Amino acid sequence: MKKEILLSGIPASPGITMGEVFLLDKEEIGIKKRRLEKTEVEKEIQRFENALQRTNEELQVIKERIGKRIDPEQTKIFDAQLLILEDEVIKGEVERRIREEKINAEWIYKKTIEKTVNSISSSRDEYLKERVYDIEAVSERLLSNLLGKRRIALDKIKRKAVLMAHSLSPGDLVNIRKEKISGFATEVGGGTSHVALLAKSLGFPAVVGLKDALRRIDRGDFVIIDGDRGLVILSPTEKTVYQYEKRQKDLLKQKRKLFRLKSLPGETEDGRKIEIQANIELIEDIEEALRYGAEGIGLYRTEYLYLAKSELPSAQEQKKAYQTIVDKMYPNPVILRTFDLGGDKFAGEKTDMVEANPFLGWRAIRVCLDVPELFKVQLRAMLEASVRGNLKIMFPMVSGVEELKEAKSVLDQVKEELESQGIGFDQTIELGIMMEIPSACLMADSLATECDFFSIGTNDLIQYTLAVDRGNERVAHFYQSFHPSVLRLIKQTVEAAHRNGIWVGLCGEMAANPLATVLLVGMGIDELSTSPLSIPQIKRIVRSVNFSQAKEFAQKVLETTDLQHIKRLLEEDYKRRFGAEEIICLY
Amino acid sequence: MGVSLVEREVQIKNKLGLHARPAAMVVKSVSRFKSEIRFIKDDLVVNGKSILSVMGLAAEKGSIIKIRVEGEDEDQALEELVGLFESKFGEE
Repeated sequence: MKKEILLSGIPASPGITMGEVFLLDKEEIGIKKRRLEKTEVEKEIQRFENALQRTNEELQVIKERIGKRIDPEQTKIFDAQLLILEDEVIKGEVERRIREEKINAEWIYKKTIEKTVNSISSSRDEYLKERVYDIEAVSERLLSNLLGKRRIALDKIKRKAVLMAHSLSPGDLVNIRKEKISGFATEVGGGTSHVALLAKSLGFPAVVGLKDALRRIDRGDFVIIDGDRGLVILSPTEKTVYQYEKRQKDLLKQKRKLFRLKSLPGETEDGRKIEIQANIELIEDIEEALRYGAEGIGLYRTEYLYLAKSELPSAQEQKKAYQTIVDKMYPNPVILRTFDLGGDKFAGEKTDMVEANPFLGWRAIRVCLDVPELFKVQLRAMLEASVRGNLKIMFPMVSGVEELKEAKSVLDQVKEELESQGIGFDQTIELGIMMEIPSACLMADSLATECDFFSIGTNDLIQYTLAVDRGNERVAHFYQSFHPSVLRLIKQTVEAAHRNGIWVGLCGEMAANPLATVLLVGMGIDELSTSPLSIPQIKRIVRSVNFSQAKEFAQKVLETTDLQHIKRLLEEDYKRRFGAEEIICLY
Repeated sequence: MGVSLVEREVQIKNKLGLHARPAAMVVKSVSRFKSEIRFIKDDLVVNGKSILSVMGLAAEKGSIIKIRVEGEDEDQALEELVGLFESKFGEE
């Protein structure tokens, strides 16, 4: 019997499925170079044009089917593929080279396409790079037609199976029948490829980017596809299968159960209050936040006002947006974070430089302080919306005390202006800062004397602390939320806040991680802010916690310096609490 | 007629740049005109009627592209193209 193997890729479309593998052969299209006799040249060009014609017809058929079956909007992918096929530069170059070099059409076409693919692949833009798959899909189809080969007809699959392939084109996916295929995994592709988008709209669990996984797999092997976590489990043991089946059922059951918790407060069993709040990006998200039981908005990312329309929102628009949130959430608190944007977006014409390291560059509070006239507009709009008393302001990316003082003096200027104009605002408005740069955490004691609360932004804090760009797949595995250094910075920040009598929340993804909750409560966090969908789950954990026990547990974890050991402790604690139940997220 | 040419600079404003879909829109629109149409980015000059050449510009958000049109319907073509770029191809 084969051993269970865990293959890890990129989650493309959520859900879990399992079954026998139907392996779509990589179909290495073997292309040989062949010299042509003078007399063969015109015939070769004719053959090329015939193949173009046939490929064109195939794509038209697929386009029609997709329009009927899925979404007329998605047919645009095939419009692009048809244009790629009929591209006059390519066509002209192929025909010219066949004439001049007297080499077969397959060879010339492949070389010509490769040249184009290379220039697009060298783009720094990931999204653009993924479009290479569209070109490859077209050229594979054309080459198959030139060679007289056909892709295996997916319609011929006999029993319901899980599809695995080196790559799948959107055209392949359209040919899949749902009663035959329950999900798929591919070696190539990224989370935003057309195939991933299509899989989502078709409702197939899917994993992409499995690198060279196929060589380990034979047709008929049994696999589990975990589209939530981007995993493929090859030849799973009975136990794993059982766990996944159970997880499928549990997911449904828990979703229902958790939903009932939503109106209860976030509070440990021995009465320590932990506010469970929502991170939102759009005003419309408030409805969802309320539906899932948010006790406030722990983070409203105001830059989405900008991102939604690619220009700076006017004072009027800002005030309206802030007032809406404040009114809808009243009397619950709302934290508005000032623009966290790169300078290129924020300062408009003032800059056209390209930054080599935007994460270490001119962004967020740095830009705001350099362009105070824009910063003031935002602060004024926030203050004007603060009259009811539930609005708080937060600055992103503060790195030290001087910076905070400077930002505060801008805020004070705006307050004075409002006062002199007789415009009302909340005189006792709370001001907080994001704790997301290690230098800020190290200076937490001083910073705490200058503001009313901290909110720890773990996503950036982890990246900066561990020097990892988690978008870079080569180093992404160094991004470790539970790295002892990260935990110590959090602990230090919490202690500094409490020593100085201010409260401290956490609004990064760690707040939504069920494994982190007990630890964070034990470290003394006062508030957790997460995406609305995670709120019921986190509430449930908080409500299961005994605060004094959690403190001891956190102490034990913090004394541990080995990452794997830390993770084990967290998992064991979770299991102790909720039995063998799978750790789930609601989305 | 045809001796002169018209030019205009546009900026890519949609978030995802000139990827397959917008490139397809551009090429489709361009192909209806008789004029010769070139897109120029940095030192790259490409045929505006070829989708692969247009994608090959790898024009990301914020990049500046010069449109050069030459032919009997050049003014009309330029106007339509500029409008298309300005509309961000109907994307964000």
